[in-house]
Amino acid sequence: MFFKKLKECLTGITALWLMAWTGAVHAEWGLNLTRGVTPISHEVYDLHMLILWVVTIIGIGVFSVMFWSILHHRKSKGAVSAKFHHSTTAEIVWTIIPILILVGMAIPATKTLIKMEQTGDADMTIKVTGYQWKWKYDYMDDGLSFFSVLAQDSNDARQPGSNIDLNSIDHYLLDVDQPIVLPINKKIRILTTANDVIHAWWVPALGWKRDAIPGFINDNWIIIEEPGTYRGQCAELCGKDHGFMPIVVKAVPEEEYVAWVKKMKMAKAAAAASGDRDFSKDELMASGKELYSKNCAVCHMAEGQGIPGTFPALAGSAIATTPEGLPDHIDRILHGKNLMPPFGEQLSDADIAAVVTYERNAWGNDTGDVVQPKDIKAAR
Amino acid sequence: MSEAVIHNGHHDHHDHKPYGIGRWLFSTNHKDIGTMYLVFALIMFFVGGAMAMVIRAELFQPGLQFVNPLFFNSMTTIHALVMIFGAVMPAGVGLANWMIPMMIGSPDMALPRLNNMSFWILPFAFTLLLSTFFMPGGAPAGGWTMYPPLVLQLGDGFPFLIFAIHFLGISSILGAINIIATVFNMRAPGMTFMKLPLFVWTWIITAFLLIATMPVLAGSVTMLLTDKFFGTSFFSAAGGGDPVMFQHVFWFFGHPEVYILILPAFGIVSQIIPAFARKPLFGYESMVYATASIAFLSFFVWAHHMFTVGMPLTGELFFMYATMSIAVPTGVKIFNWVATMWKGSMTFETPMLFAVSFVVLFSIGGFTGLMMGITPVDFQYHDTYFIVAHFHYVLVPGAIFALMAGVYFWLPKWTGHMYDERLGKIHFWLSAIFVNMLFFPQHFLGLAGMPRRIPDYNVQFTEWNMVSSIGGFAFGLSQLILVWVVIKCVRGGQKATDQVWEGAHGLEWTLPSPPPFHSFTTPPQVTDATAHS
Ligand SMILES: [Cu+2]
Repeated sequence: MFFKKLKECLTGITALWLMAWTGAVHAEWGLNLTRGVTPISHEVYDLHMLILWVVTIIGIGVFSVMFWSILHHRKSKGAVSAKFHHSTTAEIVWTIIPILILVGMAIPATKTLIKMEQTGDADMTIKVTGYQWKWKYDYMDDGLSFFSVLAQDSNDARQPGSNIDLNSIDHYLLDVDQPIVLPINKKIRILTTANDVIHAWWVPALGWKRDAIPGFINDNWIIIEEPGTYRGQCAELCGKDHGFMPIVVKAVPEEEYVAWVKKMKMAKAAAAASGDRDFSKDELMASGKELYSKNCAVCHMAEGQGIPGTFPALAGSAIATTPEGLPDHIDRILHGKNLMPPFGEQLSDADIAAVVTYERNAWGNDTGDVVQPKDIKAAR
Repeated sequence: MSEAVIHNGHHDHHDHKPYGIGRWLFSTNHKDIGTMYLVFALIMFFVGGAMAMVIRAELFQPGLQFVNPLFFNSMTTIHALVMIFGAVMPAGVGLANWMIPMMIGSPDMALPRLNNMSFWILPFAFTLLLSTFFMPGGAPAGGWTMYPPLVLQLGDGFPFLIFAIHFLGISSILGAINIIATVFNMRAPGMTFMKLPLFVWTWIITAFLLIATMPVLAGSVTMLLTDKFFGTSFFSAAGGGDPVMFQHVFWFFGHPEVYILILPAFGIVSQIIPAFARKPLFGYESMVYATASIAFLSFFVWAHHMFTVGMPLTGELFFMYATMSIAVPTGVKIFNWVATMWKGSMTFETPMLFAVSFVVLFSIGGFTGLMMGITPVDFQYHDTYFIVAHFHYVLVPGAIFALMAGVYFWLPKWTGHMYDERLGKIHFWLSAIFVNMLFFPQHFLGLAGMPRRIPDYNVQFTEWNMVSSIGGFAFGLSQLILVWVVIKCVRGGQKATDQVWEGAHGLEWTLPSPPPFHSFTTPPQVTDATAHS
């Protein structure tokens, strides 16, 4: 009631200003926790509502007494102050009653918590690995593995001064290039870990979030009961682009899931086969540009200028412009160094060849170098 | 206890009032140092506030309009450090410096030179911290909690961050030692512990918390320093360490730190409500015991800040139950304040308005705190705007409103002039309205799924962010009124009486307004009649 009242009040006052300022009709005024689509998320939602009501009722009770006192026990109304300053009975009562209420809340909370920890007997296991700033998903049982990054349209629109209308973008900042597809009605164990810093994997509709910690593995479980697309974000501050590593879960019936796994595996095999040939410089530059903006530009920036003091520039740098720099250039991308993560396992030979070629010929780095997939293979 | 007077005689420069810049640089006077603490806190309140304005401007609508994501992260990080260590803590120490000697009937603090040092460390510490904005790699951007491995990615500013924290810790520890030494040794004859005003009680307990936890913070950041520069791997799994261990150690400091910020606020409110209800504080003894239990329990709940790191079930249950149990002594305090008001003869001058709104709005923060203590639900609330709303309710209309209440309450005593009551009331009402407009919608944002510490968001979160930002700008501007009230009051105004407020009792109100340079040169005799109630 308290929340509702305040909501109505605030909505009334501010709706007018906002209409005038934004002309927006996409008003959603989201207010409450989602009920979610897993058995655990339902229990969590019920606990949330229970405790919300408990504190609301206590609050209304205590503050009604206080405001009644404020209205009636005023000097201006001729109130004369009483002299009491102690009452053992009252103090015992208002110590015991809260204890009973707390015990009443602790019991269902304990039950839910115990259930959340029952990660055994899973039908399948997914390993989630946080990277700065993307997610990697390993399907432990189906031998599938891929990275999932912010969708390109959101990424273009989020650049400062992009002037792209954010309402024209589907699920701005909550969309990815490759969602994680999961079957419904299966008990899925989700392992979380990280490669560089701590992240947290959170899809509200699944009922929990869990930290992804480098060097450690956490586990959790879900059973998704309804097909649909569920969106979430990294929840633990993980650096510059913490706000730009969303999570998209697509829950589908089992047959559809099996078909999807098959399709993914075939696509991967096809990509590996096509990478064995040589490419023209134009082909490499075109795909290199795309791969650069997706994987490298977050740190080295769109024009290769880097961020002084944190991320080195590539434009005009020795490593990307001199012949002696070439082996280091390839090695750095394959194996990483300091803050630079290794890309060897997430990009194919053809991809890395394209990126290296692009970086050695873009933004005034006119080396004319053309690097082919076979060069990368030799350097691995 | 006439030793207090003899002790004072050792410092011959106390015999005349110093003047010029030297009065402030070399001050050993509790009132001058208290004033410097308060002015410093006010300046830092506006520095941290300006950063909050940058944050709210960027979040006014989706898309990046003003700052880049890395600078945004620096804003949230430094805003927190400045507000916690630069505004709220020094303001609390400033009030303690001014009021504790007067409340216990002593001439000054027990260790005046130490007092000077603990203040003058602060400007240097903040110069170190804020200078990082001009360094390669920028200012700290890994959150005020400084979690590794992220914090280790910071550029040249890293050692400056660590040493700034060390200095702040030293300053706090010295201040705490001084307060304990003062209260234990310099009370006037007859001022027994159970006659101490509640503000003094809350400060003794706070001082013990500071001494217990600041070294833990210093230790944890030193481990970060050696991990970065000396090849240790306390917090790196690759070297056999554990990044989560930092969080355990940090929050072992961090949770008591929350009470370091709020207990003095409890003390202030416990002085003000009885004064304006013209009725003794209800349950003085249970207030003291409740404060002590809150402080004691604060050492056993740290892991509720990090439920999502993945602890064993028994650990999660222990920290959930321990966290919930803090609601009991906190509830006792709220009920006692309400019972103090009950059947009083109340008037609502500005200090009372701030104190009453503290009781209500702090409780909202307490309620959401209880909600987050429920571990399974915290897995949803954690690291969202719901917790941003929670701790800002506790700290802004909580701690900061109480500090402002204290300033209005004691300003006539300090300056000898009444402040402008009309301006004070305008300041209160604008603050109270806009602080809710600023923070209440953040509950909705968090529940709807907006994570904290992000510079940009999906369009579904636009509306409440706009409301919050408008509230933020208006709240920030309203604080200029406070500055105006204080300046006006220092310069002149209606002459304040010794007692100032009709219902005010205690030794501090027996001194003239403004009080003499050395508060009590002869110790007063405390009887039941002149004690706190
Ligand atoms: Cu992340």
